[in-house]
Amino acid sequence: MSSNPVVKAYAYMLIHTPDFVRYGSKPYREIIKSPELAERIAGHLRPFEDALSYPPNQVFLGSLHPEDLAATPEPWWKHPVAGATGEGAYGRFMDQEAFYAFLKASDQFDLVWLTPEFTQRVRRRIREHPLAAEVDLSSLGEGKAIEIIRQAIEKEGSLALYHQGEVVGSFQRHHDEDESLQAHILMENLTTKASGALVVRELIKRAGIAPEEPEYILSCSEEAVGDRYNRGGGNMAKAVGEMCGMINASGSDTKAFCAGPIYAMVHGASLVKAEVFEKVIVFGGGCMAKLGMKFAGHLKHDMPVLEDVLACIAFLITPDDGKSPIIRLDSVGKHNVGDGSSQQEIMTSLVVKPLERLGLGITGVDKIATEMHNPEVTVPQGSGNVPLNNYKLMGALAAIRGEIDRTQIMNFVKEKGMPGFSPTQGHIPAAVPYLGHAAEAMDRGQMKRALFVAKGSLFLGRMSQLSDGMSFVLEKNGGA
Amino acid sequence: MFEGKYVVALGERDGVPGPTITEVLKAAGANVVSQVTECFV
Repeated sequence: MSSNPVVKAYAYMLIHTPDFVRYGSKPYREIIKSPELAERIAGHLRPFEDALSYPPNQVFLGSLHPEDLAATPEPWWKHPVAGATGEGAYGRFMDQEAFYAFLKASDQFDLVWLTPEFTQRVRRRIREHPLAAEVDLSSLGEGKAIEIIRQAIEKEGSLALYHQGEVVGSFQRHHDEDESLQAHILMENLTTKASGALVVRELIKRAGIAPEEPEYILSCSEEAVGDRYNRGGGNMAKAVGEMCGMINASGSDTKAFCAGPIYAMVHGASLVKAEVFEKVIVFGGGCMAKLGMKFAGHLKHDMPVLEDVLACIAFLITPDDGKSPIIRLDSVGKHNVGDGSSQQEIMTSLVVKPLERLGLGITGVDKIATEMHNPEVTVPQGSGNVPLNNYKLMGALAAIRGEIDRTQIMNFVKEKGMPGFSPTQGHIPAAVPYLGHAAEAMDRGQMKRALFVAKGSLFLGRMSQLSDGMSFVLEKNGGA
Repeated sequence: MFEGKYVVALGERDGVPGPTITEVLKAAGANVVSQVTECFV
């Protein structure tokens, strides 16, 4: 059996899409009930510069580190990062106008109509863009007249596409009766495809490989591609692989609610270790449904609607190269069907047992990445501080096990934990936003091991009352 | 203390799951008419 695989490269991406917030699941439903909400939400949307310089976003892109965020005064939205740029250490920050071009370029079914004027604008925006391909430009077409677009919106079930509050196009349904092919669902799916393809292109670029090299691509995105006979039929992965020129790859989707990325990383690493494939890409595209999910709490506290970015992740897994961080497949933590659903039992399965297999206690890793939800998004809505609560529980478990004194729990939280900095995009916060930071720290010789742990809410689909989750240890190459 | 009371149990992903609340309240004599666990993040 070969040695453990490595994370050879990683990429992160944020796309500022304030005019998509109205189509997030929660705002979309609430605006239908109370149309005046649209204006109130629009009045609390951030300009590009504010979203770019928002400290948690800069941490997500690697320009700041979690410890920098811990030292930043709150509220973070009132303390922008001076001199923030769209070129982060781990990836880039894209604006909405450029994204519209890639959304159109990802469309093979004439779902996206943009006006001729807007088409020209977005064409100019991506002509020299480092992530654009030649085919993207030709895919843009010439555009549709605004009269045709307005008619489609008024009479044919199309959704209006906005930019800076103005209608610049429409998103079409692709079937009169099929609920899975209505405009809103297709827009969710195509948004995931376009954003996922962008982060995979970024990954390929950063890894210095040719698109023809990867043999398999796994999507852990949150959407449900399919038709009325096969809701969630999927294979977003292959659609993204196609858009990235990965002609020698096949792919599939790995779904596990918010724990999906950890499952996908373990599956991808296992395929490499089993020598089925040598280069496997794991990615998660952005999730439109989650945009503006907690807008009510933000309006209540008269703060910006912070869920205004699509967040994307991508990783390249390869055999051991002797230098990149190792995924310890002998330490994978899993929540068994027969395990209990209390938080203590879940954490025992995902944290205690896998570390025990490595002869370690909970305190035996340098850092623990849990679900990295930005608390500034969740707390105003009354949803609590997810990472902090998880760290306290792990600290309590360490105290019960006698690894630390109970008076040291908050020290444990500070030493092993970090503030949440990830956009609340469902699957995206699943621990792996920290992977780039951990890899960088390992490369600098500042870290030996980090544990990545995420939970999934299986019960949301009403098929089982079970909880879920998975974890793995990332280890410095040669540093064990 | 819950004898004769009707209860709707709402569990939370990062807290106490619905089935756990149900078991506890049933033991305390409650009639749990509905239970669910939700995710608020």
